[in-house]
Amino acid sequence: MSKKVAITGMGIISSIGNTVEENYNALVKGKKGISSIENFETIHKEVIKVGEIKLTNQELSEQLGIASDNNFSRTSLLGAIAAQQAVENAGIQDINDYRSGLISATSVGGMDMTEKYYYEYFKNEAHQKYITSHDAGDTTHKIATHIGLKGFVTTVSTACSSAANAIMLGARMIQSGQLDRVVVGGTDALAKFTINGFKTLMILSDTYNQPFDNNRKGLNLGEAAAFLVLESEEIVKKENRKVLAYVSGFGNANDAFHQTASSENGEGAFLAMQKALKVANLKPSDIDYINAHGTATPNNDLSEGRAILRVFEENVPDFSSTKAFTGHTLAAAAAIEAVYSVLALQHNVVFPNLNFETPMEEFDLVPQTALKEKPINHVLSNSFGFGGNCSTVLFSKS
Amino acid sequence: MKTCYINGVSCISTQDTFDKDFLSEVTINETENVLFANQPSYKEFIAPAAIRRMAKGVKMGIAASTKALKEANVTMPDAIITGTGMGCVEDSEKFLKAIIDNSEEFLTPTSFIQSTHNTVGGQIALGLQCKAYNFTYVNGAVSFETALLDAKMQIENEDASSILIGGIDETGSHTIELFKLAGLIKKETGQPYSVLNPTSKGVVFSEGASFFVLENEKKESSYAYVEAVSMINALEKEEVESHIVSFLNANNLKVSDIDAVVLGNNGDVEFDGYYDVSQSLFNEIPQIYYKHLSGEHNTASAFGFWVASNIMKTQKSSEIVSKNHIFREKYETVLLYNQYRGKDHSLIVLKKC
Repeated sequence: MSKKVAITGMGIISSIGNTVEENYNALVKGKKGISSIENFETIHKEVIKVGEIKLTNQELSEQLGIASDNNFSRTSLLGAIAAQQAVENAGIQDINDYRSGLISATSVGGMDMTEKYYYEYFKNEAHQKYITSHDAGDTTHKIATHIGLKGFVTTVSTACSSAANAIMLGARMIQSGQLDRVVVGGTDALAKFTINGFKTLMILSDTYNQPFDNNRKGLNLGEAAAFLVLESEEIVKKENRKVLAYVSGFGNANDAFHQTASSENGEGAFLAMQKALKVANLKPSDIDYINAHGTATPNNDLSEGRAILRVFEENVPDFSSTKAFTGHTLAAAAAIEAVYSVLALQHNVVFPNLNFETPMEEFDLVPQTALKEKPINHVLSNSFGFGGNCSTVLFSKS
Repeated sequence: MKTCYINGVSCISTQDTFDKDFLSEVTINETENVLFANQPSYKEFIAPAAIRRMAKGVKMGIAASTKALKEANVTMPDAIITGTGMGCVEDSEKFLKAIIDNSEEFLTPTSFIQSTHNTVGGQIALGLQCKAYNFTYVNGAVSFETALLDAKMQIENEDASSILIGGIDETGSHTIELFKLAGLIKKETGQPYSVLNPTSKGVVFSEGASFFVLENEKKESSYAYVEAVSMINALEKEEVESHIVSFLNANNLKVSDIDAVVLGNNGDVEFDGYYDVSQSLFNEIPQIYYKHLSGEHNTASAFGFWVASNIMKTQKSSEIVSKNHIFREKYETVLLYNQYRGKDHSLIVLKKC
């Protein structure tokens, strides 16, 4: 890549922790955040497990210090918490002192409120404040307002690859000189809408998800938000910033196979990884760790595994899916996994792929199942979504 | 650095804009507060079984994108980038209603599968077997503009040579009722709903799909080229003038360089004051408006972009879109300004090829 894109701050809230540090501790201790739903009612409560953040909306609002009569959806609340952390972590005093932007990603937006009050809205005026909180863009506007940002604000929604694509647009905007700084990431709250959606597709596991295991039964849904602060080299020099890592490459491709299923040979995933390596000017052998999409659905792990083999051939680097820890957090997944990729670079560790027992019969791929310490210079992170959307982002040591 | 040319356009709107010549057959409806798309026959674009299955937004997207690609003579774009404010409302409503009405039982996946915001972009890719970059932006009134900006950067930096972009929004019956409740849509009383002399809050709501093919080379079919795109999340009314002036300055332009300004007035008495800048900055140049024809939705600005593109190509404006009845011989540089409810302000400069 021509111009360097530095990561100077990050923030996260997920089912394994409310801060970057808590998330890191859970990852190295192998402590997963998969449990039964507590925050809302659903008939699937007893039969599925999820990566739920055990804080109510009221508790999240209090943590943010926003008025109790706010009209934030849960997606906005989680996003605001993570974005605020990222900005603070970067040591930014005034978010508008450079040309700054915010690019968020979400799939459900304010769906949690819409599904709660869908008919209620007509009977109870008090709930009507949430009507305008439904659309994805509103989520991002609320986050922008919360961090005091006045500038370029937009939202990506390409299902489960959304946050990778937000990072991609952000990196492109810094490289092309449109922005000096951009907060990028994603946020998605658990909702009955997505739980029932994935349920009808019969890809929800009734137990703990097992990425890349021959007997995997599907995914656990999760909720999370994470944001990275990307800054230009000029800011880094001028402000003497501590660089956590660099976004060194990215690629997006379309599988063009099926609206929801991935192709047998993982064509889109293969193309995305190949593009990202090309942009970064790296060889497959330069990659030390792959943070896989690894949702633990039969279809994804087979397709992704094949794509990895096509790119890396006999020399597949250590890889793991962290979704056994967090569940699949949809549009936020690539953002929380970007934070985990940076943590892997900072601490020189490969995070374990929990719950793995039996290698898949289709190929000879075994994920890293225990925490492994080794020098890590480049991490490849995959995220794939409905609509054939395949994204890869590369992170490199500072 | 390459230049980003508009080489193919297509528009499905509340007007008959798909098959007819530019604004040759338009009507102004000032009595209804929701206007629906004037959909073409989809037979030549989509298989009959799929026509029944697909939501309106997907169908409009496929038809409009096919036509824009054809005009530009592009069979396989290097990227597909869409923008939609509300996404696939029809299928989202269908699935959500089924969840609630049947207490989470007896559900089928079809409408869930088609409810994701990137369904239109994904379906176009599937139809074309296009494995290229495929993004969808969903940020209110700058959803289309983000797609435009992303494409412009990729063309200029030579990451792509031809890109399909589009703005799509479809209506859904429940969402319309909710928007009425929230006061976003005008009340059933107080007609005529005048866009230029508004007397009431809210907008005349609508839907549509406009697609464009952007390329790094000038062609016979070229409409204009995209000089600059900029957006900001929020502005106060009194900040608009200085914001526009500094945007023009940043792009080495003066107000006097502008031959026409295309404004997003939507007849909402509460927010159309943002366009008062037309009086202070642009009172001597042609002012163009279009939402009296298209109605308002998050990607109505793509209709405005279509209007501007056509004016640039033909070098002729039309009385029906003229706000101040000023016309020029030439339209070399055109500025577009849009916002929605004081948020998502976008500025675009188009230049004659």
